[in-house]
Amino acid sequence: MFQVLCIFIPILAALFMPFFFKKVRSIHTGWFVLIVPLFLVTFYATFVPLISKGETVIAQLDWIPSLGISFVSYLDGLSLLFSLLISGIGALVVLYSIYYLDRTVEQLHNFYIYLLMFMTAMLGVVQSDNMITLYLFWELTSISSFLLIGYWFNRDKSRFGALKSTIITVGGGMLMLGGFVLLSIMGETFSIRELIEQAPELATNDTFVIALILILLGAFTKSAQFPFYIWLPDAMEAPTPVSAYLHSATMVKAGIYLVARFTPIFALSEVWVWLVAGIGLLTLFWGSFFAVKQTDLKGILAFSTVSQLGLIMSLLGVSAIAYHVNGAQDTVFKYAAFAAIFHLINHATFKGSLFMIAGIVDHETGTRDIRKLGGLMGLMPISFTVALIGSFSMAGLPPFNGFLSKEMFLTAMLSVAEFDLFNFTTWGVLFPIIAWIASVFTFIYSFYFVFRTFTGKIKLEALPKKPHEAPVGMLISPVILASLVIAIFFIPNVIADTFVKPAVVAIQPFLYTNPEQVDIHVSAWHGFTPELFMTLGIIVVGLVLFMILAKWQKIYDAFPAKLTLNNLYDFIVYEFSDKWMNRLSKTYMTGSIRGYLSYMFTGIAIIVIGTLFIKDGFKVSFLGASPIRPSQVLLILVLVIGTITTVFAKSRITSIVALGAVGYTVSLFFVMFNAPDLALTQLVIETISVALFLLAFYHLPKFRKAEERTRFRFGRAFVSIAVGVMVTLVALSAHSQKYIESIAQYYKDTVYTLAGGGNIVNVILVDYRGFDTLFEITVLAIAGMAIYGMIKLRMSKKGGKL
Amino acid sequence: MKTNDVILQFTAKIVFFMIFFYAVHIFFAGHYTPGGGFVGGLVTASAIVLLIIAFDIKTVQSIIPINYIYLVAVGLIIAGATAAFSMFMGKPFFTHYFDYFYLPLLGKTSLHTAALFDLGVYLVVVGVTMTIIQTIGEDE
Amino acid sequence: MEILMAFVCGFLFMAAIYLILSRSLLRIIIGTGLLSHGAHLLILTMGSFKGSAPPVLSEGVTDYVDPVPQALILTAIVISFGVTAFFLVLAYRAYQELKTDDMTLMKGSEDHE
Repeated sequence: MFQVLCIFIPILAALFMPFFFKKVRSIHTGWFVLIVPLFLVTFYATFVPLISKGETVIAQLDWIPSLGISFVSYLDGLSLLFSLLISGIGALVVLYSIYYLDRTVEQLHNFYIYLLMFMTAMLGVVQSDNMITLYLFWELTSISSFLLIGYWFNRDKSRFGALKSTIITVGGGMLMLGGFVLLSIMGETFSIRELIEQAPELATNDTFVIALILILLGAFTKSAQFPFYIWLPDAMEAPTPVSAYLHSATMVKAGIYLVARFTPIFALSEVWVWLVAGIGLLTLFWGSFFAVKQTDLKGILAFSTVSQLGLIMSLLGVSAIAYHVNGAQDTVFKYAAFAAIFHLINHATFKGSLFMIAGIVDHETGTRDIRKLGGLMGLMPISFTVALIGSFSMAGLPPFNGFLSKEMFLTAMLSVAEFDLFNFTTWGVLFPIIAWIASVFTFIYSFYFVFRTFTGKIKLEALPKKPHEAPVGMLISPVILASLVIAIFFIPNVIADTFVKPAVVAIQPFLYTNPEQVDIHVSAWHGFTPELFMTLGIIVVGLVLFMILAKWQKIYDAFPAKLTLNNLYDFIVYEFSDKWMNRLSKTYMTGSIRGYLSYMFTGIAIIVIGTLFIKDGFKVSFLGASPIRPSQVLLILVLVIGTITTVFAKSRITSIVALGAVGYTVSLFFVMFNAPDLALTQLVIETISVALFLLAFYHLPKFRKAEERTRFRFGRAFVSIAVGVMVTLVALSAHSQKYIESIAQYYKDTVYTLAGGGNIVNVILVDYRGFDTLFEITVLAIAGMAIYGMIKLRMSKKGGKL
Repeated sequence: MKTNDVILQFTAKIVFFMIFFYAVHIFFAGHYTPGGGFVGGLVTASAIVLLIIAFDIKTVQSIIPINYIYLVAVGLIIAGATAAFSMFMGKPFFTHYFDYFYLPLLGKTSLHTAALFDLGVYLVVVGVTMTIIQTIGEDE
Repeated sequence: MEILMAFVCGFLFMAAIYLILSRSLLRIIIGTGLLSHGAHLLILTMGSFKGSAPPVLSEGVTDYVDPVPQALILTAIVISFGVTAFFLVLAYRAYQELKTDDMTLMKGSEDHE
């Protein structure tokens, strides 16, 4: 119970942030926020001993039991690792943001509300076992990401980036929901654990592959895989703490998490292996290749994130191969899942620190343009050291954690060539080759990032601000992350036993039952293996290419600018929907209410009359009709004359009075048809209405003489005749055939015994159908309030500020 | 233009009370004979409108110093609370209770929670109608 | 009688729609008033006029008319009053602000974005 509640702690804490921001101005709101992730990280840390033994913990809070929807906090190796990342990196990011965002200038309460909302959403995504709540939290991450990217909402680029990321990720989320629904229909449950148990049967379903593709689309859009990655570079308009948190360490890994979580269900499918591994590899290459082209510091990091996400994704794809090999736990195929999780941890550490350094550089120099930067090494030594550590780790150099996971990545990719199912004998050999080329580019952009910023000639005149080292508080978080980068290199097996192996068990439950069976030992040196030679090759070729970067960087200009994915997005969103679709809808959305009403009335008449005749519902029967009395005929005459006068009256007053006459006649009808309550009410209402009309009379416009063009009059007449005919036909048919007895008999029988009343109409109103009446008076109150508002509020505005 | 409407004003004063008591009557009688909260409320409102016609809005406002918006709120609260009351007794929302009592002067009387709900309706109807008329009338 | 009333309802609807489709705001409001009258009579007609006594319990009477349409209409009458009043104020406020009551002139401009 408390465990489920913990997911909601951040969003509950968010409620208090505006208060802290408004009332406690002298203290940066971030300090209050910091308590939340610190508490969460300690709380989740207490689960580590249990989970690392392979246990799982589950807590459930029912939400809509009748539909099988509940909030579940399911902690196993995978979700605990993510929860720790979310709360841990979250704490560091909040700490960093305290120095990054100025409390006197920024709208901090907004920022921290969004951030805390995101924390809840992300914890929910990784802990939910119920697919519906998983989807709910998933979309909440998109929404909070939208708000955070658009945090500086008066910048055009922020709004553009926010919109772009939302359109793509929410679109993917919708598709994913479709996949979830298909899965739940197949497995008759929303619980992922239960679905995993019946995975082999699920695979025989016809819609299995469709569900698979839909869910993958959700994961790919979120994790910025090719070709959906285009939103991530634009998301860099967010404040840097957000980029470090959402767009490198956590949110973009939600897709990774999803793929990892669903691997046990889908790994049996060939499509899954090819799609996840192939798209991942393509993204890896694409991202690393274009990272070198960027000139914005955060742009480089964005593309590098895209590429690293592709790397993890491809590893997860390859890990699915283990399902198709007998005794995979003893073969070379076992490495992929391990490498994926291991690299995920490493990536969070080094990329987080690099983003924070990029933020520091931006903060201290006023620009992120790498062409203006250079030679900051002497001015910002600590930042330089941290950046160096992060970049070398990213490039895969020892003694940093990136080296270890990159080696394992190469091992896993080499293993693909040995796999002999699903045409991998033909294409599998491409995997290590592409992986190697992408690694070379990774090496180049890592060096490009750190050395172009911190070495070379300093261009003080090009910088908007005079640079100096960042304040200590800002450096704490990146330094902590950078020391982790080194620490993990020296104690990789501690990390592996505590975090990685339990997560691997969660991804491959068919291979292992507990973490101790995962027989992988990480070591920095394992002899003269192909991996080592590949790494050496990467370093040599990378260094050479980095040296002559200026010579070949021009090839990026050779790519036609019109054929990029960004252009496609712009075309779809701005050209296609904004211009073409607007033009189409403007042809019938004229903005004229009369036009719309004509469409509606004609439509209703056509549909109802059509249905009456197609379904053979029209019938006239004179049986059971009550007799016509002369007085009634007289009344009808009065009514008709009154109505005609109302329609064709030349002056306002005639029209209003005629309307009143019609109303009084109607109340006489009520008298005649044995409805005393109605007659009474109608009489009083009519009186008050006429009074109302006359009160408002002074303000109302006069009728104009020249009313309409004649052509439209015919149109009007036609529409109104059609509606009139429709009503008459419906009334006749309703009268002539009664299939169901009126419920009235029940009321008549029980009105005295059950409700203790005599006036059936009134008892229906206050007792039998009291709900209707309750809402009716509510509507009435709203109408009254609206009228009051329309008149009074304007007056106070005139007398007051304006 | 100053018109002499002494007769109207004098009649209105008397007729107002007649209409008002009639309204109260049909409100209470509504459970057994035609009438009820809606009609009662509307008749009451029309009585006040009569006063407004005879005098003017400001005078009437000083005679009956009620903020009609509050009246709407009170009515809605009474109606909602009556409906919700049964929930605290473990019955579904909107379960009404009634019983017969012998009261001095009135004899056998049925007391009904539905009448309380109807009172809410009555207050809302009076409140809304008067709010509308008053705001329109006051608008220059 | 029901047959005749069916035609009356149709006629009321026809007149109401004709008014609602006009350009003048006040005519539209009057149209909605007529429309609600038509709807009330329609509900009553569809429930049929059978029965000789009003739906109020009294000694020795069993032949009551159907109370259900009446209850529906009673609600509808009060709501339509609220709506009419709302429209009325909306109309004259619009007239005060925009200096026109012509619906064709009131439509939103083309390039509001």
